[in-house]
Amino acid sequence: MWNRRKEEEPTPRSTNSSNLPTGSNEGMPMQTTSSRLDQDAPAPSRGATIGKGVSITGQIYSREDLIIDGEVEGTIEAAEHKVTIGPNGKVKAGIKAKDIVVLGAVQGNVEATDKMDIKKDAKLVGDIKTARISIEDGAMFKGSIDIVRTEVPKPVTKPQPVAVTSAPQQAMAASAGAADAKR
Amino acid sequence: MANPFKAFFRAVQGSRDSESSLRPERPSGRPAASQSIVKAPAVMAPPQLRQSAALQQFVRSLDTNRDLRLLDLGGANAANIQFMTQMGTRLYSEDFFATLEDCFGDGDYYENQRDPARVDSFLIQTFSEQRGPFDGALVWDCLQFLRPSLLDKTIDHLHRILEPGAHLLAFFHADDKAQTIPQFHFKINDENSLTVEQRSEMPPGQAFSNRNIERLFEDFSSTKFFLSRDSIREVLVRR
Repeated sequence: MWNRRKEEEPTPRSTNSSNLPTGSNEGMPMQTTSSRLDQDAPAPSRGATIGKGVSITGQIYSREDLIIDGEVEGTIEAAEHKVTIGPNGKVKAGIKAKDIVVLGAVQGNVEATDKMDIKKDAKLVGDIKTARISIEDGAMFKGSIDIVRTEVPKPVTKPQPVAVTSAPQQAMAASAGAADAKR
Repeated sequence: MANPFKAFFRAVQGSRDSESSLRPERPSGRPAASQSIVKAPAVMAPPQLRQSAALQQFVRSLDTNRDLRLLDLGGANAANIQFMTQMGTRLYSEDFFATLEDCFGDGDYYENQRDPARVDSFLIQTFSEQRGPFDGALVWDCLQFLRPSLLDKTIDHLHRILEPGAHLLAFFHADDKAQTIPQFHFKINDENSLTVEQRSEMPPGQAFSNRNIERLFEDFSSTKFFLSRDSIREVLVRR
């Protein structure tokens, strides 16, 4: 019965206020275990940005999305990520990334394993190698375009048992059939 | 002698006397000196779809069983890239008009085309970076806006970078007496149709009669003209 009464009582949704220090926490969001976990979790990745006042010479390897609005000379690589050259970006570099978006000026060969996007007023001098490309009217591009055809993997079919007869066996079967027909 | 700048300002203020001094003295078929060469058309015509028999022959002349290299001088656009790369060709895009503007656009456009340093710079920028030889060239209407001397040099370069037997597709305005002619952006829809968008208006570099065009390509093995209902002459030239 004691237990039944406990079950019948609606469980309070929030922590009992009497257990909390009064005054200072009023109007503040309640801190629960789950929210503390959220705080500990890494913030969602927005990517790294090279601002328009920044100038870099050298090699850039990125393990997150990269926005370049400054000047870069060298090489840029972000194999699984997106590289965006902003409207103020001036890049003299080879770029290799999953997706590449150009709004500024790029001089160098670019390779986008997934998609290349050249926006209006962008300027790109160099060769492009990509699977997909989009170029807006008003963009300026000089160079070659090599579309890499990604082969669609064929669906794996389970090998079905097939009665295979070798050529001599087939010949024998044929001759046997012919003999039966003669009979 | 009247100062041209004063004359200009008087003309802006509406002085009738100065109008005559503003009129450019120009030989027939030649563009006027010191004028703003590229003009946005007064009324921008909507993009038009047109059939192109020359494009069809150009596309059919391509041997798609092997790796092809095509040169497109009209500047990159998604339609042309998609069409050509779907055929398995490698497309080399060159923005001819942007380079023209870069090299000759400041000041008198056609007078600047007499400057050997600018001409060299233009030819280097347009052709040296290209990795020929090419199996075809889409020249569109680019050749109309060059002075005769620069035009000859450009044709020489095209001859040099094209494979023997390769085709070149060029368009010329049909009215060879027009003071200004439209400059278009050509987008391939399919093998025999194009979307034509007017970008600007410019005086032509010279008058282009059929005879002139034939003479222009005399080093090539053949020149074929295609008649059309509109004012564009299509020319397919075989190297």
